[in-house]
Amino acid sequence: MKRGWYGKYGGMFVPETLMPALEQLEREYRKLNRDSNFKKELEMYLQEFAGRPTPLYLCRRLSKELGIKLYLKREDLVHGGAHKLNNTLGQALLAKHMGKTRLIAETGAGQHGCATAMAGAVLGLDVDIYMGAKDVERQKINVYRMHLLGANVIPVHSGSMTLKDATNEALRDWSASVENTHYLIGSVVGPHPFPMIVRDFQSVIGKETKEQILKREGRLPDSIVACAGGGSNAMGIFYPFIKEEVELYAIEAGGKGIKKDEKQASHSASLCVGENGVLHGAMTKILQNEYGQILETHSIAPGLDYSGVGPELAQLCEDGRVRAEMVCDDDAISAFYTLSKKEGIIPALESAHAIAYVLKNADEIGELVVVNLSGRGDKDVESVARLEGVSF
Amino acid sequence: MGDPSIEESKKVVEIIEKSGADIIELGLPFSDPIADGKVIQRASERALNAGMNPDLFFDLVSELNVKVPLAVMTYYNLVFKRGIERFVRDCSTAGISGIIIPDLPPEEAGDILRACRKFSVEYTGFVTPITTPERIEKAVEVSTGFLYIVSRLGVTGGTTSISPLKKLLERLKQYEVPKAVGFGISSPSQCEEAISMGADGVIVGSAIVKLVGERKYKEIEEVLRKMKEGCLRGLKRRIE
Repeated sequence: MKRGWYGKYGGMFVPETLMPALEQLEREYRKLNRDSNFKKELEMYLQEFAGRPTPLYLCRRLSKELGIKLYLKREDLVHGGAHKLNNTLGQALLAKHMGKTRLIAETGAGQHGCATAMAGAVLGLDVDIYMGAKDVERQKINVYRMHLLGANVIPVHSGSMTLKDATNEALRDWSASVENTHYLIGSVVGPHPFPMIVRDFQSVIGKETKEQILKREGRLPDSIVACAGGGSNAMGIFYPFIKEEVELYAIEAGGKGIKKDEKQASHSASLCVGENGVLHGAMTKILQNEYGQILETHSIAPGLDYSGVGPELAQLCEDGRVRAEMVCDDDAISAFYTLSKKEGIIPALESAHAIAYVLKNADEIGELVVVNLSGRGDKDVESVARLEGVSF
Repeated sequence: MGDPSIEESKKVVEIIEKSGADIIELGLPFSDPIADGKVIQRASERALNAGMNPDLFFDLVSELNVKVPLAVMTYYNLVFKRGIERFVRDCSTAGISGIIIPDLPPEEAGDILRACRKFSVEYTGFVTPITTPERIEKAVEVSTGFLYIVSRLGVTGGTTSISPLKKLLERLKQYEVPKAVGFGISSPSQCEEAISMGADGVIVGSAIVKLVGERKYKEIEEVLRKMKEGCLRGLKRRIE
């Protein structure tokens, strides 16, 4: 296979200025990936700082109700409240070993920004976070968290002033600062080698899940369900199971349903309804208009609200190995309530999409099911309350 | 194209030709221009809001009444979505002689190079001050028109110094391909500098796009004339 490609998807579609940085990153990563000291250091941070391994929890009440065994991989218990830190610790450590002194990152809701700020703080690296001006306004608490963690938040006023514009701006910064800066991309997206690196750092989720389920159940699950925006938590839990006989479901944000519009998609379902194209350095499935202009997207879950998706995940769907499905805003919100009330766990709205899929399709996905509970819902409490007409 | 309005674009191109440009680079706006600075981002947004799209672009270009060669600068997704062959054929039909795609490195350019050969359209590779010798070879190999020399790291526009340029142009001396310097060229003295160091041309983008957005057409003429004079001074210095 061509370097950096997963079948039809992947590649390195970036300005020439960035090519040396990507080549250096790939070289150094391949070296450090085999280095036992690097691995030990990362493992130490993952255990002692991030709180790994995370539990695999059997939902007793919901399992009984649904007539299946439903396990949750509790990534919501990772420091910071989501799986994001697995990747930021790995990449920040990589950056430090490469002699870079500064991290930049894009963030939508601020989860990846916070996780980058944490990793930067613990490793003593400067951190600048690009965030769409609209998101800065919508996610004030996370902006302040990043500030507390010592990061500098730069509002982006161009385009739709959301995640894709923050990503554009981070790429622009990087093309001027490649010599001392690492761009810590937050998902399995972007030019090679990022999709590979982020997948590898996130696959700790799947490795632990495999061990835990074998220990608990003596067998692999029938299916694994994960939400997918860019796709990092999905790739993370799927990857160690790709060659196993386990059904893999990637659940995308169906938003308000599929409607045709030239400028704005009413969903973020790039795997389900996207078309091939190039966004942020990779050939993948993207939401675009007939001319190839990128569409703005919608989801109640900010972490799923993205016009593209990781190239490897796109290929796995194309191959039929991963099944892509959609869950709309309303069903995700209803799952948000259900998990909170029945299991005592407030899920992130992103992860609530995966839960919702299981609640609706419990009789079709086997008897032993694992959902990647990629994040906790504290960050969404305010927006859910607002839907109920409650403000703080 | 499409800024400050679709109708005015044609007039702007004619003014630029009249002011002494030897090649005119026409921007086909993309929603997510990652190689461009603020000025071209804003212009792209305005053009898209005005309804600019590739169909309209090729129509407008076909109607242009200019003699100098034209090049299109755009991002790869627009080319890919239209169909690579179709895009290159449309360029050829509309009278565009060169294609510049800043987010398409030589590794991924195989299809478009084949189409360019088929329809006799020139292709442009990029080198920057940190491009490795192996990658310079690749960029030169794909450049049938001219080689785009990125004066400094970063995006288009801005005012930072183009000092890394000298070393780069020295490294490129051995290659015969015409070399044009762009990114951050905004003054006649920079033009003089770049040409005196061995560049065959300069590419002025943001400095003009900014004036176009403000409809300062008189100033475009003045600025371009002065830049051209700068180039000629640079050439004189190089010969001496």
